[in-house]
Amino acid sequence: MRKNSLWIVMALILIGFFVWITGYGSSGEPGGSQVTGSITIAGSSSVQPFSEILAEEFMAQYTEARVNVQGGGSSQGIEAVKSGVADIGASSRELSPEEKTPYEYLIAKDGIVIVVHPSNPINDLSLEQVADIFTSRISNWKEVGGHDADITLVSREAGSGTREGFETLALDKESVSDRALIANSTGAIRMIVADDRNAIGYISLAILDYTVKPLKINGVDPTAENILNDSYPVNRPFIYITNEEPTGLVLTFISFVLSEEGQRILHDEGVVMVNPSDDDH
Amino acid sequence: MNDFRKKPGIDRSGIKEVFIEGLLLISALASILAIFLIIIFVFAKGLPLIAKVGVFKFLFSSTWDPVNGQFGIATMIAGSLAITLGALIWAVPLGLALSIFLSEIASPRIKGIMVPMIELLAGLPSVIYGFFGLVIIVPFIRDYLGGPGFSILAGSVILGIMVLPTIVNIARDAITVVPREYREGSLALGATQWETISRIVLPSASSGIITAIVLGMGRAVGETMAVVLITGNVTRMPESILSPVRSMTGNVVLEMGYATGDHQLALFATGVVLFVFIIILNALVSVGRKERV
Repeated sequence: MRKNSLWIVMALILIGFFVWITGYGSSGEPGGSQVTGSITIAGSSSVQPFSEILAEEFMAQYTEARVNVQGGGSSQGIEAVKSGVADIGASSRELSPEEKTPYEYLIAKDGIVIVVHPSNPINDLSLEQVADIFTSRISNWKEVGGHDADITLVSREAGSGTREGFETLALDKESVSDRALIANSTGAIRMIVADDRNAIGYISLAILDYTVKPLKINGVDPTAENILNDSYPVNRPFIYITNEEPTGLVLTFISFVLSEEGQRILHDEGVVMVNPSDDDH
Repeated sequence: MNDFRKKPGIDRSGIKEVFIEGLLLISALASILAIFLIIIFVFAKGLPLIAKVGVFKFLFSSTWDPVNGQFGIATMIAGSLAITLGALIWAVPLGLALSIFLSEIASPRIKGIMVPMIELLAGLPSVIYGFFGLVIIVPFIRDYLGGPGFSILAGSVILGIMVLPTIVNIARDAITVVPREYREGSLALGATQWETISRIVLPSASSGIITAIVLGMGRAVGETMAVVLITGNVTRMPESILSPVRSMTGNVVLEMGYATGDHQLALFATGVVLFVFIIILNALVSVGRKERV
């Protein structure tokens, strides 16, 4: 008896497996509406996680479409679009004059906030001071007007898009000092800074909360508004580019990303919306 | 029992026997195959990068800047060794004392309480230890001893607690199997209980105790989650036990998320070095076992 039920379970698993396989295959068949087929997005590893979430949501709505997301870096993404390997290129920096194409879509802006412990008397640093601190040229808080205490640096790991963005925007492409404590999420950085009176770290704007104090950079507060109008310096654009006028699935996808819904997804994931709706301050 | 007698014919049970033996053999081969596949995969990915960078440079350069093509894991080898050594320095004496107490001195009632508790210690997920270290040990070190708190010391304290059950369980077994006659003979000759333990029981159990220490060391070298949370993960040579360090295991788990190309291969290469460490430790255990025979 027991043996029989075991066989039945195994048979059911097998049947389920085949149904899954065949079902999987048939979802690629053309269905008649215009949102079928597949497109590929390639480029910046900073934009990649956002593209992946957008693609996931998009495919949940348009079940006949497939959106493949690849990394590789901004330059490679732009190159891939120009050579036709990818349909959409993702860049986390402004395009150079020779890279320019008329089909450039700003999908979001990413602001990196420099945070310290709430008890830290410092409210404002210049971009040069931030660079000196994170490269260990300044190692004591009193050198920038704080207490006489060693600075504890907290950074993301090598390879992280946020770290790359921070090094490009704030450190003039220098590397963060090897004295920095390393955490592999900005949430973990926030936690360490919230706990250590002498710590300084960088996090994305979206996860900023009362446990840490955001610093003004060159006197400008890191708000969504200041990031959008570029007055807060540690910010970068997330851009999608195409080689020609978007049509079909590419057009549908980009419209989805720029729609209120797509922007809401981006906002929830931590970047600044470029199309803020009215109910947002 | 009845079942056994009711077996219809020798023929049928013979087939069944062969079938079950075959099944067990296949399961055994599957697990061995898994190990071999992992070894082949890790080495195939990691070795070419070690060859490209150069074995000496990979092992002894202290510059780890994977984005700019600098792959040296000396700081992480030092980090792994430092926290492992720090853990063993206090966990080995304590673990030995505990196993002597449990097998030679404790009454059955005390044993009945302590042994399950030590086993519980072994069963706790490592992230719990890490979290405990992050919330309790790290702030304590920062506030009372200085430095950032994330340090060799924090790692050693937590790792020591984690390897304690490994050491106690194996060492206790080794001490328990020392024949009763040895102890009785020693006591009969007028030796005190401490003299019996230190001169008769411990030397007889020494190879088992060494096995316990080496396996504890293996656990410490391979531990990942707890270490990542509390050692600070810097890639810089430590200056004191209050300096933060990165372990080899920590390097892999920290950077695997976004690593591509050579950077990713360098993480596999870190795994290769870790693998070699563990193989050496296991070889030490087998050598120790053979000597006992």
